[in-house]
Amino acid sequence: MSSKQTIAVAMSGGVDSSTVAAMLRAEGYGVIGLTMQLWNQRRLAGHDGMPEAVQGRCCSIDDVYDARRVAESLGIPYYVVNQEDRFERDVVRPFVQEYLSGRTPIPCSLCNNHLKFDQLLVTARQIGADLLATGHYARCEYDEQRGRWLLKRPKDEAKDQTYFLFGLTQEQLSRTRFPLGDMTKPEVRELAKKYGLSLAEKPDSQEICFVPNGDYKKFLDAYLEEQGEALPDTSGELVTSDGKVIGEHTGIHNFTVGQRKGLGVATGTPLYVLGLNGASKQVIVGRDEELWSRTLNVRKLNWIAVDGLREPMRVSIKIRNKHQAASGTIEMSGNEEVTATFDQPQRAITPGQAAVFYDGDVVVGGGWIR
Amino acid sequence: MRRVYFDNNATTPVLPDVFEAMRPYFTEQFGNASSIHQDGQQARAAVERARQSVALLLGARASEIVFTSGGTEGDNVALFGLVQAGDHIITSTIEHEAVLNSCKRLEKLGCEVTYIPVDGEGRIGPEDIRRALKPNTKIISVMMANNETGVLQPLAEIRKIAAEADVFFHTDAVQAAGKVPIDVNTIGCDLLSISGHKLHAPKGVGALYVRKGTLVQPLFYGGKHERSRRAGTENVPGIVGLGKAAEIACEGFANGAVDRIRSMRDRIETTVISSIEATAVNGGGGERVPNTTNIAFDYIEGEALVISLDLKGVAISTGAACSSGATEPSHVLTAMGLPPERARGSMRLSLGKQNTEQEVEYVLSVLPEVLTRLRELSPVYASAHKA
Repeated sequence: MSSKQTIAVAMSGGVDSSTVAAMLRAEGYGVIGLTMQLWNQRRLAGHDGMPEAVQGRCCSIDDVYDARRVAESLGIPYYVVNQEDRFERDVVRPFVQEYLSGRTPIPCSLCNNHLKFDQLLVTARQIGADLLATGHYARCEYDEQRGRWLLKRPKDEAKDQTYFLFGLTQEQLSRTRFPLGDMTKPEVRELAKKYGLSLAEKPDSQEICFVPNGDYKKFLDAYLEEQGEALPDTSGELVTSDGKVIGEHTGIHNFTVGQRKGLGVATGTPLYVLGLNGASKQVIVGRDEELWSRTLNVRKLNWIAVDGLREPMRVSIKIRNKHQAASGTIEMSGNEEVTATFDQPQRAITPGQAAVFYDGDVVVGGGWIR
Repeated sequence: MRRVYFDNNATTPVLPDVFEAMRPYFTEQFGNASSIHQDGQQARAAVERARQSVALLLGARASEIVFTSGGTEGDNVALFGLVQAGDHIITSTIEHEAVLNSCKRLEKLGCEVTYIPVDGEGRIGPEDIRRALKPNTKIISVMMANNETGVLQPLAEIRKIAAEADVFFHTDAVQAAGKVPIDVNTIGCDLLSISGHKLHAPKGVGALYVRKGTLVQPLFYGGKHERSRRAGTENVPGIVGLGKAAEIACEGFANGAVDRIRSMRDRIETTVISSIEATAVNGGGGERVPNTTNIAFDYIEGEALVISLDLKGVAISTGAACSSGATEPSHVLTAMGLPPERARGSMRLSLGKQNTEQEVEYVLSVLPEVLTRLRELSPVYASAHKA
């Protein structure tokens, strides 16, 4: 073994994390490959709308096979650690609950916070690794001046994953490495080829790993049925922003803010979902202009570049993964809540999504949209 | 890095003498044991010698031994070969998956199954079996020694119950063969399955004892091999290996090999229990096979322990090899009443004939530092020790 540190690599069987393992191995680190088994992809097979077998997804047998093969070709030790219980408790259940409460959740952030950079990091340290490296596109570095670990946008802006990583603590960042932060995806694929990784051309994974075909509604049905729970009745009224009832809807979990299709009412002008009221089970609809607003409240905050917010701060704010961060001001509006005000109105600010604050490339912090 | 293998209940290395005995049957003496010519006759003679050796290990007649592909096949033949829809089966909650999943399948095919629980020491209560008897009970299937704890089951008492009720009695002796003496007449079973690779023979070979006069429907149909009880050309090298391993196993009871294993196991167990806090032996209260210890370490994830030791060159396991990767804690330990955290924090260490005192020394030297690190970094341990 080399004199360099031992580093665990979270391997998904995809090209990014495989390349990370190969890079670190080539740099002389002692590398241990780890894959988290989070969800049994066959678990809901046979339920309505669920495929019998899912291939080419996270936690599928194929991906573990790919990761194991990469580890074997690199000559590094490799293990699968089972975290299905925790994943269900900390990610799947909240995901279901959020939808039923009229919010639109982001399970990837929950998984990063509760599994990847929490439990997996603990396991990595327990088995003797000093650090955990992942294939995320992000940069992580120590800033002497601030005395803090910073999370920064990667070189490849199109692949930027910092939005999903805003929940990382200083302790977690200090033990985390993102070796792909200074590379573009094409460069990563090129490097994967150079290292002889046969999966260099493997397509990127896109969807939520435990939801087949991106159909979260079918997943909610199947999961609740498996749990022996009836899908709660979340049907109710379709109301306009001025309170006029214009129809009925089948359940608030079927809707997302900004959605246009599937409202089931015909009016002269196109209607959009403006909001979901979990308590009254109302779906509030209106014209596109009404979807645009300037302010939002953000809770369950995590600060990265600063240790808290003492005075208003100019930042750019990202309110969903595909949103182009827009400039605005954040200030504390309570002990544990931030009010963010955009300079220009933004479309479809969605409760349940994260709001992440950036100062240029640096992630200042973030939280969950109320 | 040196490798130390203490997972012999998962599989064992083929001993050098076993390998040497097998070697000619791959190349020079490759004949088909059913052929008329001399090449075939040599193979036939080798198979029958092996049958004699296995019969000797089990206290059976050679004609009562059927060679199989391993323990799983033996268990499947015993169950599927005897019961029909409408029959009732009595088994236990701590059986190997080979029996448990066969029973689940038979339930789907119209059989009834009663799963007898175990006490805190992992022992089945014979009286529970008596109470479970029904007019349509066809077979009782209870393992001889448990694969995870090594606990020996009260077969003598179960035998009486089976005899009184006139039902078939099968035992999965996969984890007992070679570790404790076996005599099918003392046990009084009608069927008994063993697996080659658990006693230093190769994988892919095993044997099923079928008491004379017991009519078992085969699983495979084809030629008249194994007296029409198991079709398919005999795995001659494997069978020869099993025969040789059976001979070595018999000798082991007399020449001190088994005693040596027992003393190494006891040394590991007492050292760990006396020198490391918050530990306990699972199933340590009753009679066990001499090579197995199952130890619970509070505040520890067994998975992290297995990985940590593996990185130090030591192979152990958390439970049955088959259930690793499954999310549930060991079904055997939970059946004994262990809370899930404790079952998850348990390790199984199982010795074989190849293990040495130096290897015991080595595992005892690395275990404390590994456990200390695991506990220091365990959130549960931290909160328990703050309180």
